[in-house]
Amino acid sequence: MDRLYVFKDRLFLTLTVLASIITVSIVIAIFVVLLLASLDAIKHFGVFHFIFSQTWSPHRHIFGGASSIYGTVMTTIIALFFAVPTSLGIAVFVTQICPKSLKGIFSYSVELLATIPSIIYGMWGLFSLAPVMRNYIEPALQRLFLPIPGLKVLFEGTPLGIDLLTSGLVLSIMIIPFIASIARDNFELTPKEFSESAYAMGATKWEVIKDVIMPYSKVGLLGGIIIATGRALGETMAVAFVLGNDHSIHLSLIESSTTIAVTLANEFTEADSALYVSSLFYLAFILLFLSFFLLSVAKFLVKKGVKRHG
Amino acid sequence: MDRVRKRKLINKIALGLSVFAAFLGLFWLVFIIVSVLSKGFSAINWSLFFKDPAPPGFSGGGLRSAFVGQGIITIVASLIGIPIGIMGGTFLAEYGRNFKFSRLVSDIADIMVSLPSIVVGTFVYSIMVRPMGHFSGYAGAFALAIIMIPTILRTTEEMLNLVPWELREAAFALGAPYYKVIKDVVYRSAAAGLFTGVLLGVARVATETAPLLFTSFNNPFFTVNPNQSMPSLTVTIYQYAMGPYEEWHRLAWAASFVIVVTVLLLSIAGRFIINRRFSKR
Repeated sequence: MDRLYVFKDRLFLTLTVLASIITVSIVIAIFVVLLLASLDAIKHFGVFHFIFSQTWSPHRHIFGGASSIYGTVMTTIIALFFAVPTSLGIAVFVTQICPKSLKGIFSYSVELLATIPSIIYGMWGLFSLAPVMRNYIEPALQRLFLPIPGLKVLFEGTPLGIDLLTSGLVLSIMIIPFIASIARDNFELTPKEFSESAYAMGATKWEVIKDVIMPYSKVGLLGGIIIATGRALGETMAVAFVLGNDHSIHLSLIESSTTIAVTLANEFTEADSALYVSSLFYLAFILLFLSFFLLSVAKFLVKKGVKRHG
Repeated sequence: MDRVRKRKLINKIALGLSVFAAFLGLFWLVFIIVSVLSKGFSAINWSLFFKDPAPPGFSGGGLRSAFVGQGIITIVASLIGIPIGIMGGTFLAEYGRNFKFSRLVSDIADIMVSLPSIVVGTFVYSIMVRPMGHFSGYAGAFALAIIMIPTILRTTEEMLNLVPWELREAAFALGAPYYKVIKDVVYRSAAAGLFTGVLLGVARVATETAPLLFTSFNNPFFTVNPNQSMPSLTVTIYQYAMGPYEEWHRLAWAASFVIVVTVLLLSIAGRFIINRRFSKR
């Protein structure tokens, strides 16, 4: 009887160990397989040349990733530009201003933004947000910024609503819940004694937030922002609808562009030559590497932030 | 005195801005949900669920094939993903709770949750679609399973960690072997949490699009054979929304409506289960 138990226990242990090993080996396998599949393109175009060359011409068999990488970075920057202040505002509101009875329901509504699938963001972006951008927001921005010499380049062109700005805005809405919830957790971890002693010195609420709570939670906040960056970099569907898949680099925010993920989504099944496919794998590998790197840094920072409080 | 007034003014402005930010967040949520509900609701009818797509340009079709395809892909993905996720999470929280290896697996799983899902699609394409020579529902399910595993693994780990250690000790004291303790004591007391975790994991994965683009692809015809390319709701929405026909857009909104309503109901239900479970203590 005892031996049967020992046997069953060993069996269960083995199964659980296997499952966790499988999880880790999937990540390793993804790295290895993508690297192998992109070897052809790496040999052909090199590393720096591929990253900085903007020619993407399937019929001439020349592939450079610069346009996709530029679009990826720009949409992410725009997304952070909108999302970081909004999320911090939300976290301040939830932890410092909101009445206790509404706190739960309010945080939950913001978290609901994270449960909406990206394809829905795409649909909404294309059919609801893009027309508003095209007809009202972008013309207004142009009236505002075109007369200013330095900012002119950012707003040139015909507003179509299918552009970097709209994509960045959609992305920003998608990452707000991630930054906001990490910011909220970190704000709440700030010891009451710290903020109360600042209040006792006569500080206003905003001064307490700015000079006590924010500095105290900066490591965790930074981690949250980097996680959101990692997510924004690799988002596919929400951006694929509203970016226009255009392989040329425009400085203007109201021009079409493409990101690594969007290029993959649009061209992967149509790629006809081995080198074309391999270049797409190369892009995928770059994306994987970038997000894995950023997310590991973020993970480290968030842990460090939590450890200091614990 | 002037300084004080200035500080108070700055305080009011900053707090006002954060209230504004909070309502901006709510505004986006309402804007998205209201547009999907209003545009989708008028497109919902019985033929959406019971008819297959009409040829392009013709009206009157439905998305039966996409619903069935999505269902099959999700079920196959769950059959692979749920056992591995739960088993892995069990190792991290039980047998391996003191090992450095477990912390590493847990961190890597956390990173995997946020990895770009389209990359998983390209991975499965090169290990399944290319060797097999054709797109298939199995490949789509496998891609979704890869995304499902870390999600379920992490929630399982967290839920099991919430079970008080004394409960296990009580069972050990009765002479129960560890696997029995896990099966009859730990799983049982974490059941509601585990169920919710699985539910949300499946829901999250079932609404993914990017990993299906190059794995299950799409298929204009009804099929229940996962060994050929299979239609799914999400990929169909993408194709229809980007297409030129008014009828396609209508169907895409209808499908979005179904997805949003399902996801909202599931996540509210999950919230409810967890709240009820943990307010009892």
